[in-house]
Amino acid sequence: MFMKKLVLASAAILMSGAAMAECKIDGRVSIVGNEFPAIHAVADGAKTCSGGEIKANLTADHQKINVAGMTGNPAEYTTAIIANSSIVALMNEDVIRPLDDLVAQHGRALKPNQLIKINGEIMAVAFMANAQHLVYRSDILEKAGVKPPKTYEEMLAGAKIIRDKGLLQHPLGGAYKAGWNLAQEFTNMYIGHGGEFFKPGTAEVAINNAAGVATLEMLKALSAYMNPDFLTHDSNATSAEWKAGNVAMMNMWGSRMGPLKDPEQSTPQVVATTTLGAPMTVGGGSTPATTLWWDGWTVSKNISSKDAEATFLAMMNGIDPSLLNDETTPLAVWLIDGYEPTPAAVGVFAAANMNARPYPMLPYQGLLHTALGAEIVDFMQGKESASQALADVEAAYTAAAREKGFLN
Amino acid sequence: MSSTHVLARKRQSLGLKMLIWGFIGLWLIVAAFPFFWTLWGSFKMEADFFSKADWMNALTAPRTIAEHGRAFIGEAYNGAWVQEEFWRAVVNTALVCFFVVCTSLTIGTLGGYALSRSNYRYTFWLLITALIFRAMPPITLVAGYLLPFFEWNLWGHLATTVIVLVAINQPFTLWMLHSFFQKIPKELDESAKVDGCTQFQAFRHVIIPVMWPGVITTGLFSFLLAYNDFAVTSMLLSKENQTMVPKIASFLGTTQTEGNVMFAVSAVVSATAPLFILVLFFQRQIVSGLTQGAVKG
Amino acid sequence: MLLFIALPIVSVLVQSVHTPHEAVLIETENCDPFGCTKSTAIDQDATQALRDEEPLGRFVGLEIYFDRGHLAVKEVAETWAKAEGIGNFFVNLNNLPFYRSMAFTLTFTFSVTPLMLVFGLMIALGVNALHQRLKGVLIFFSLLPMIVSPLIGSLVLFWMIDSRGIIGSALQWIFNDPALSLKASTGLTWVMLIVYGVWHAAPFSFIVFYAGLQTLPQDTLESAQIDGASRWQQVRYVIVPHLMPLITFVALMQLMDNFRVFEPIVGFNSEAHATSLSWFIFNDLGGETRLLSSAATSSVLTIIGVSILLAPVLVRTWRDFNAKS
Repeated sequence: MFMKKLVLASAAILMSGAAMAECKIDGRVSIVGNEFPAIHAVADGAKTCSGGEIKANLTADHQKINVAGMTGNPAEYTTAIIANSSIVALMNEDVIRPLDDLVAQHGRALKPNQLIKINGEIMAVAFMANAQHLVYRSDILEKAGVKPPKTYEEMLAGAKIIRDKGLLQHPLGGAYKAGWNLAQEFTNMYIGHGGEFFKPGTAEVAINNAAGVATLEMLKALSAYMNPDFLTHDSNATSAEWKAGNVAMMNMWGSRMGPLKDPEQSTPQVVATTTLGAPMTVGGGSTPATTLWWDGWTVSKNISSKDAEATFLAMMNGIDPSLLNDETTPLAVWLIDGYEPTPAAVGVFAAANMNARPYPMLPYQGLLHTALGAEIVDFMQGKESASQALADVEAAYTAAAREKGFLN
Repeated sequence: MSSTHVLARKRQSLGLKMLIWGFIGLWLIVAAFPFFWTLWGSFKMEADFFSKADWMNALTAPRTIAEHGRAFIGEAYNGAWVQEEFWRAVVNTALVCFFVVCTSLTIGTLGGYALSRSNYRYTFWLLITALIFRAMPPITLVAGYLLPFFEWNLWGHLATTVIVLVAINQPFTLWMLHSFFQKIPKELDESAKVDGCTQFQAFRHVIIPVMWPGVITTGLFSFLLAYNDFAVTSMLLSKENQTMVPKIASFLGTTQTEGNVMFAVSAVVSATAPLFILVLFFQRQIVSGLTQGAVKG
Repeated sequence: MLLFIALPIVSVLVQSVHTPHEAVLIETENCDPFGCTKSTAIDQDATQALRDEEPLGRFVGLEIYFDRGHLAVKEVAETWAKAEGIGNFFVNLNNLPFYRSMAFTLTFTFSVTPLMLVFGLMIALGVNALHQRLKGVLIFFSLLPMIVSPLIGSLVLFWMIDSRGIIGSALQWIFNDPALSLKASTGLTWVMLIVYGVWHAAPFSFIVFYAGLQTLPQDTLESAQIDGASRWQQVRYVIVPHLMPLITFVALMQLMDNFRVFEPIVGFNSEAHATSLSWFIFNDLGGETRLLSSAATSSVLTIIGVSILLAPVLVRTWRDFNAKS
């Protein structure tokens, strides 16, 4: 009994010793970020450092508190974990600091593609990537005699065959919930159609054009093959539909693939036949109708250089290659050295290889996203025409951008 | 003659009794069914309880049986209480509720009584102002608080949250107790004052004994507000000081992970259970408190 | 209280007539894991100089109140000019977010408030007529919709009303329509939200009225009975007048709360069909770029809206108050 305890205790010491091999910090670390499992893993890694207080506030509301929490001096949060869409808010309010000096000092292990440079300065360190791509049920497609679609047009044709053969009433899925999700689908599809959101170099919106109309028409055509409640389905609900075996094809986030392939969460039939594909193109274009995303961490501007250094070291430890193990590797498509892509990552890699465009890192993209999410809903419900919906989006965006001082 | 008349009425009302029973029964089903459904489902796996294939799965639990070999599992409770330390949130909620109820009742009782006995114009305008304050959407309030709280280092503490909740709740408490006090006849304290009591003594000896229905009801609402609040607690509390509701919300999050959803379900049941026990335990006190103050007019 | 509520109200008022400074934009080259792109960013130094000059931001007066996201004065005028007939005007007005949300908010407020008052009174009368020993349990179960609502609403109820959920399936069976879905059509979504609103709020009026009933003078009731008043007459002429201050109070609170309806909209993911001013605020504050001035304006509009709604009740209270003195 005693021996067993001793062995266990020494094993624990060895394990923790390995994880915090060289991480000694001298300062305060306070993390704010979203709450999905990959971010928890990073925060837990940062917490293994010794020598200073390390706190983490990981919450779905992180975007509502991170700016306020980094504005005070000294800031409550020394680091915020953000994505390419949300770093903009921190940049706009000027609450994060350039990391060039810290990278030069402590960040030599970082790969160049992990460094997010804005206007030549390193503003964030990325640790994971994400993208939406095709997922399909190989058994249903085989039964229907449909090949995995390469374009959205093929997807529509396939959905029609599946429905006509009576295999599934609503063969398509998608996170089309009014608001952020629907706007994201518009963004994907509009990029796939080769559209540009703004007049170059200005904050003037320019989506009421042929590409915009084609985008809306495609979204509506797809929604005809979806569950009639599609405007209430976010990624969670869409994944649940998939696991219940109600859907044959969908465009879904790479980060959701792990759970879809988890035998505990669905029937063996669904798990075995869930197959990942590359993102689709649309309208004869070559740019895939998807966006690339990264998640990374920043360092607050309004803190002492001692705390900034401690934060940098702790976060470096959080994304240390030793983080990767059987449990954490499948959580995300890591950008960390030594990451071996799992089968759940092929979709995101395919997206990157097809030269998909990253989600635009523009100061005013978020305003357009919000306007899209609220104003194209009427079109999706058949209450107004595509050009009217796009005109509404432009008007809503213009009002918001004027308020924020992006337009005069 | 009058007593026979009343008796006749009583006998006659048998049909009415049935109607009342039927109505109350129906209401109870409507009110409590979602809760019992949740209680039942908290012992299942997510794939069954939230089945998108067939709602019968929530009753028959095929996935739960396939995975665990039995239809009732305690994983959700284990996860919420042991793994995620839900008890911390319970303690925090208890603290917040206790202080919110005590503070708002003290201010509300004294203020409500004073306002109800005062004839000055300004009391009316005071009540109106309180009402306008209440019209402010809480999210705006909280968004406004965030920055100063961070700057003054007040963010994240339970005490800050208690004060904000009291402030948000006070207009309501004041109005409600004011309405109750208005229904207590003024003659009561006036006669006490004729007997030589001061205003405060009149309050102490005459009003306190008859005010309990109002105070208990108001206290109940203050309690429920503190217990259920999400807008304030989710934004103003740090992780370790979280109360139950934001904790439950954090189980859900934007990216739901398998199992965590069921933690939330079991936590919702756990959050309601103490109330159930409280009410069962104190039902006599609550009911008699509500009845005791009956003013015989 | 002054500090915590009056100050924010003042700051919201100030915020609603100011907007952030014009952002000085610069061309940048951004690099991320997927390569480098030309992009635009805010020139912080130049913008900071503007900020230091006028820390509150640009004063814009009522501009935001009248912009498209709020009262949309210009757009309403255009709609009016272009409209073919009054019906067409209202249809087109519905395209503006503020008026669309008002249509829902007012429908919601004026159906939920009276319904919950009536239901609450019925339950209170029913429970009051029942056996003393059952009351504790009855009170508890009647309070459940209030206690467990916000989270259960978004989780369990949302699933229950799904077309494959238990309530959704039951409705399909009752109406014999397998395609019926509460979440897909605007009308049904409104009905669902109203039913939820009544379900959630009825316990509130129930418990207030129940406490009020306990202070009902027994001899007044008895003398009414002796005079041969029917049950209905007793309720109409004795009980309701006695409860009147409480009914006024509950109506006040409910008008206010229902006008600010928010949680059910988010909980039931029904943004596509129903919005409210509170939801606007949530949407403005929740996006990637927060629109503080717009949220402040919506808040002030909420307060104004509530004041207009409550005016009749307040006038009544004012009269009572004067009668008292």
